[in-house]
Amino acid sequence: MSSNPNSVAGRALDRADARLRQDEGLGGALRGFLDRVRSGDLGMIPVAVGLVLISVIFTGLNPVFLRPGNVSNLLYDCATTGIISLGIVCVLLLGEIDLSVGSMSGLASAILGVLWINHGWPVAWAIVVALGLGALVGALYATLYNRIGMPSFVATLAGLLALLGFQLYLLGSSGSINLPFSLPLVVFGQNAYMPNGLSFVLALLPGAALLWSGLRARARRQAAGLTGGAASVVVAKAAALTIGLVAVVLYLAQGRGVPWMFALFVGLVVAMDYAIRRTKWGRSMMAVGGNREAARRAGINVRRIYLSAFVLCSTLAALGGILSAARLGSASQQAGAGDVNLNAIAAAVIGGTSLFGGRGSAYSALLGIIVIQAISNGLTLLNLSSSLRYMILGGVLALAVIVDSLARRSRASHGRG
Amino acid sequence: MADIASPAVPPDPGRGEPVISLRNVSKNFGAVSALTDIELDVYPGEVVALVGDNGAGKSTLVKVLAGVHHPSSGTIRFNGQEVSLSSPSAALDLGIATVFQDLALCENLDVVANIYLGREANPWKLDEVAMEVRAWTLLNELSARIPSVREPVASLSGGQRQTVAIARSLLLEPKLIMLDEPTAALGVAQTAEVLNLIERVRERGLGVIVISHNMEDVRAVADRIVVLRLGRNNGVFTPDDSHNDLIAAITGAAENSVSRRAERRAARQEGHA
Ligand SMILES: Nc1ncnc2c1ncn2[C@@H]1O[C@H](COP(=O)(O)OP(=O)(O)O)[C@@H](O)[C@H]1O
Ligand SMILES: [Mg+2]
Repeated sequence: MSSNPNSVAGRALDRADARLRQDEGLGGALRGFLDRVRSGDLGMIPVAVGLVLISVIFTGLNPVFLRPGNVSNLLYDCATTGIISLGIVCVLLLGEIDLSVGSMSGLASAILGVLWINHGWPVAWAIVVALGLGALVGALYATLYNRIGMPSFVATLAGLLALLGFQLYLLGSSGSINLPFSLPLVVFGQNAYMPNGLSFVLALLPGAALLWSGLRARARRQAAGLTGGAASVVVAKAAALTIGLVAVVLYLAQGRGVPWMFALFVGLVVAMDYAIRRTKWGRSMMAVGGNREAARRAGINVRRIYLSAFVLCSTLAALGGILSAARLGSASQQAGAGDVNLNAIAAAVIGGTSLFGGRGSAYSALLGIIVIQAISNGLTLLNLSSSLRYMILGGVLALAVIVDSLARRSRASHGRG
Repeated sequence: MADIASPAVPPDPGRGEPVISLRNVSKNFGAVSALTDIELDVYPGEVVALVGDNGAGKSTLVKVLAGVHHPSSGTIRFNGQEVSLSSPSAALDLGIATVFQDLALCENLDVVANIYLGREANPWKLDEVAMEVRAWTLLNELSARIPSVREPVASLSGGQRQTVAIARSLLLEPKLIMLDEPTAALGVAQTAEVLNLIERVRERGLGVIVISHNMEDVRAVADRIVVLRLGRNNGVFTPDDSHNDLIAAITGAAENSVSRRAERRAARQEGHA
């Protein structure tokens, strides 16, 4: 490395400062990780711990909970609200909120039902109209915010009522439109599982991708005179990921396998994660959420960022609504009502996306919604009423926000913003 | 060469066009006139120091030129072309880079992300390696003492943040660079480094506007010293002018150098006539 033109006094460019602990290898990576956790950079840890606790408790109370069939079913249920929650992550990253995602999803399912079943439109067109309306609603929120300075909290609260009204109006007196079970979209929503061979192969992909990109990044960094980090860390991460995914897939294969809808959700999460972490758009989102004025002065088009986030959020809510219509086999007045809204928002927060903006991850939607569905599912298995379910979910959400606030304080006292 | 009547005198012709040229620029915040009829020229390869008491309007002037505030009236020319600096990105696109007094960094992002913010090279696939190498190069040029560029900016000290903000302004080879109290939070070594840097930037033919309360620093680097007082031009000095005159112009002592010079000048002109 000392031969590299960029290195300083024989040390890599990023290790030249004498005060820096020279973390090497697996041990060093672990130490750095523990440091970050101690300073309040908790990331996904609380939700991971929560999931383990939930699994242990519910399996203890009712062994059916962790049976492959039940887990498959649970994941199936995660997809619809999870996709809505993914949109919520976008607006939360900006420190904003969309309270109307539940109504938006209900409206989308109503539009699907009315255009497709009642008016006989091709399903693709009905879906496009529903998604387009979602985008339009998001653009409206963003415009109210950008031009008038209307807080998203208020704009989307108004939207919650207006969209709900529109949904009820569309469904009219019948109140509910049944989607025939033979239609491919409904099959996708109720009974479409990946072939086990395919899901096994797909489970190998992320680890392989991590290994390849990790080693390549390491080589590039070393070539540029930076420390590459230990290859062992990359290999260990890739191995852990692969073992975890393969174990899950093999376990699910004993039941019905991985639902296609859940695979779609995971695909969207991975794409969103890439967009947030590796594109200029995602960097701008984080910047606007962290310090709006600084982002503006850096030349970022702040209004366009708000527009993109609200449009994405409402469109994903519409997509979630379409899929939940498929899942339920109907578009009804109840669609999107009740706890959809709160579950979607709670999932993002429970998963570790901060309500204060500028901090979070697409994966929080995935993990958060699994926690919520696991609790719902476990309580249903115990034949407990929804009253108890709401109380418990309320407690979990409060806990998540407390963890977020405490972590924020700890970061402040450790000087990590 | 203090002169109230045409305060922003081009001291020697033959230096071509000013990089930036302000005429009658005013900025009101409601009832407060933060800037009134400001005139200012900065030539390529020239360092202009902007001095004045707290609240004199220095930062407001910098923000107008950075596209953060819109002037209430007046014209701004950049390389001879009249421009409207309607947004920070418009100013950045012209080649006006700014180190703001309040730094304007995103605390939740790391040093590399902050240096490249808004100017990332591969928008669809950020090249972290190239960005990190360039960030280290810039920081090393400034003799920055930053242990890691992968820590959030929130974990840095005031001086380290200032260095990051300065490094950011140098990223895109600007034509005009404005530094609003760049050395306020810096230690001895970094202050010297920043002054060196200003020299180097000048040698490369850039225009520099630097705001500082430290008259030593100002005299060390400035070619001209423009005084603002209560939002108005209050004289232009050279580093060789006397300290007392400069202080008097800044504080606005009734019997000050500016009034004396104006009298002398008037007398001279009468003599010529
Ligand atoms: N955003 C603003 N809104 C209202 N008044 C402002 C604003 N920014 C600056 N001012 C006023 O403009 C004047 C000049 O401020 P500033 O340019 O920050 O002074 P300096 O940098 O020379 O100390 C002050 O009186 C200040 O109160
Ligand atoms: Mg100031």
